[in-house]
Amino acid sequence: MLARPRDPFAALQRFATLLRAEGLAVTPDGIARFGRALGELDVAQRELVYWAGVATLVTDREQYPAYARAFKAFFLPALALGADRRRGLLSYSIAALPNAEESVERTETGQTFARARYSALEVDSEKRFADYTPEEFARFLSALSALRVAAPLRRSRRAERAARGRIDVRRIVRDAMAFGGEPIAPSFRRTAERRRRVIALCDVSGSMEKETRALLAFFHAGVASGAPFEAFSLGTRTVRLTRALRQGDASAALRRAAELARDWGGGTRLGSTLRAFLDRWGQRGLARGAVVVIVSDGWERGDVTLLAEQMQRLKRLAHRIVWVNPRKAAEGYEPLAAGMAAALPFVDRFVSGHSLAALGELLRAIFEL
Amino acid sequence: MPPVLPANPPELAAQLEGQGYFADVPLATAIFLATRLRQPLFLEGDAGVGKTEVARALSGLLGTKLIRLQCYEGIDASQALYEWNYARQLLHIRAAEVAGRDVLDVEKTCYSRDYLIARPLLEALEFEGALPAVLLIDEVDRADDEFEAFLLEILSDFAITIPELGRIEARERPIVVLTSNRTREVHDALKRRCLYHWVEHPALAREVAILRAKVPGLDAQLAENVASALGRLRGIDLFKPPGIAEGLDWARALLALGTVEIDETSLDLTLGSILKYREDQQRVRGEGLVKVLGA
Repeated sequence: MLARPRDPFAALQRFATLLRAEGLAVTPDGIARFGRALGELDVAQRELVYWAGVATLVTDREQYPAYARAFKAFFLPALALGADRRRGLLSYSIAALPNAEESVERTETGQTFARARYSALEVDSEKRFADYTPEEFARFLSALSALRVAAPLRRSRRAERAARGRIDVRRIVRDAMAFGGEPIAPSFRRTAERRRRVIALCDVSGSMEKETRALLAFFHAGVASGAPFEAFSLGTRTVRLTRALRQGDASAALRRAAELARDWGGGTRLGSTLRAFLDRWGQRGLARGAVVVIVSDGWERGDVTLLAEQMQRLKRLAHRIVWVNPRKAAEGYEPLAAGMAAALPFVDRFVSGHSLAALGELLRAIFEL
Repeated sequence: MPPVLPANPPELAAQLEGQGYFADVPLATAIFLATRLRQPLFLEGDAGVGKTEVARALSGLLGTKLIRLQCYEGIDASQALYEWNYARQLLHIRAAEVAGRDVLDVEKTCYSRDYLIARPLLEALEFEGALPAVLLIDEVDRADDEFEAFLLEILSDFAITIPELGRIEARERPIVVLTSNRTREVHDALKRRCLYHWVEHPALAREVAILRAKVPGLDAQLAENVASALGRLRGIDLFKPPGIAEGLDWARALLALGTVEIDETSLDLTLGSILKYREDQQRVRGEGLVKVLGA
């Protein structure tokens, strides 16, 4: 699990670091004040803690959004996925999300210093998104917005300085200049890593609406976490939804996305829309080396050979293709839909994504676990 | 029962409500911290969202004195802090002359506390009561930079030095509320010494509560219509979006006209109580009054 600092001051210091990373000028004085303010409040009430931080650390209204991001990043890290940079990327799956959790920390003097984590979601993780009541869906959205999502890593062309790895001759020689040409300490380099882009292509046909919304909400969490996530609609037109997802609030973002893809619920011609996506965005670089997640039930009204052609094109561009089809969850499912059958040979992972538990499976597919 | 400070933000909010001030949790938290940490509270927000009212309600709640310093361009120490009572000093010297008293003695008494006129800041420092005074420094953005620097000194030490008298220190730090309409960016150094809060326009339910508390005879339905119309007006890009004060004026105007339900005619007749700029009025009329009514 997460490393929990015993020392509340260390925790405050980490919070300050996050705030500075968001560009807020946080003074030691301000942090001390925040600490004193917490001493006056019931720290289990997150709203009070939030506004105490605003009062003590923020000096301008323009800083509110940056503060909100840092606060979210600090107080809700328990649900972070891909937190570990290298191995154990998904040490806790999304299915662990439903249980509301609260960790209380105490200082030596017995004063509580709690970092409360909230998850209002009390839904069976096997329950299908399609069966969610509106309230359950709303709870799902708010729980998801607490999630921090990181994109998978890829190797960069560049190397970076590291504690161990290849010997960095150039740096050793340069450092040696300071000591009259005598190499003192060794330096190492290692191949750096970058975030890989993750692209969602969502079928917005009527039969899939709830699943699509659920998955888009997940991508919203990704976009909101600042990870390179992109989303497009695959309706009768191809529309870029990423900007809409950048909105802070999940339900508002989904509304915006639905407005953008006005044919949300329209008919599907997978082949031609996929071609439109590849022509306009994919080929130019967006899909290159990316993880592409296609959310569709695979019903193709147009020409199946066109779909197969475009899937092949996508396969050559993308790093990996994940196909999400909620129908797969049905017992005895066979990819009988012509489109699905045509596309399947080019798909790396075929998952259902129909429930919270299945969302965890999708995550593992994205992270290649 | 001796007066006490509220124990937590929700309690403070409830007590403020008793004073006719409806604060949401964010604002209540900021005010609460100001009373507890005894640090100045810097409130920013659009005109008419109730920044000044915070200080008034707080002093009412604590049963303590509200000391107000209205800032304006050119304000200086003699208006904010203290001034010697020259007229009285002169009278004293005249009287001493007649009585033939010792010159040095006269000079000494001339510069005693009796001859000092306390302006708001000094008054707040010297205030003695069970609970500290509430010092309101209103519209600090109107004062000049120099005055800000001067405030900086007072707000960090809560003490002043009068050359002829010596140092005067606050027995207990007053609760300080600074407000700004943001007509000018206040210096960061001043903000850093304060707790900061941006006061938003009230949410619908809160505005309805305010309207009903402040305008007697306003029924729930009309209050809600007024509040939602105000919300829509704030959504339009107006030169001066209506604040709570304008909302109250409007509700009173509607009542005075005997309006039961707001329609286009009554809105048209009372538009002047909400929008005080001709451009804004033209804008709203141009876009159609029906829009404001939410039809």
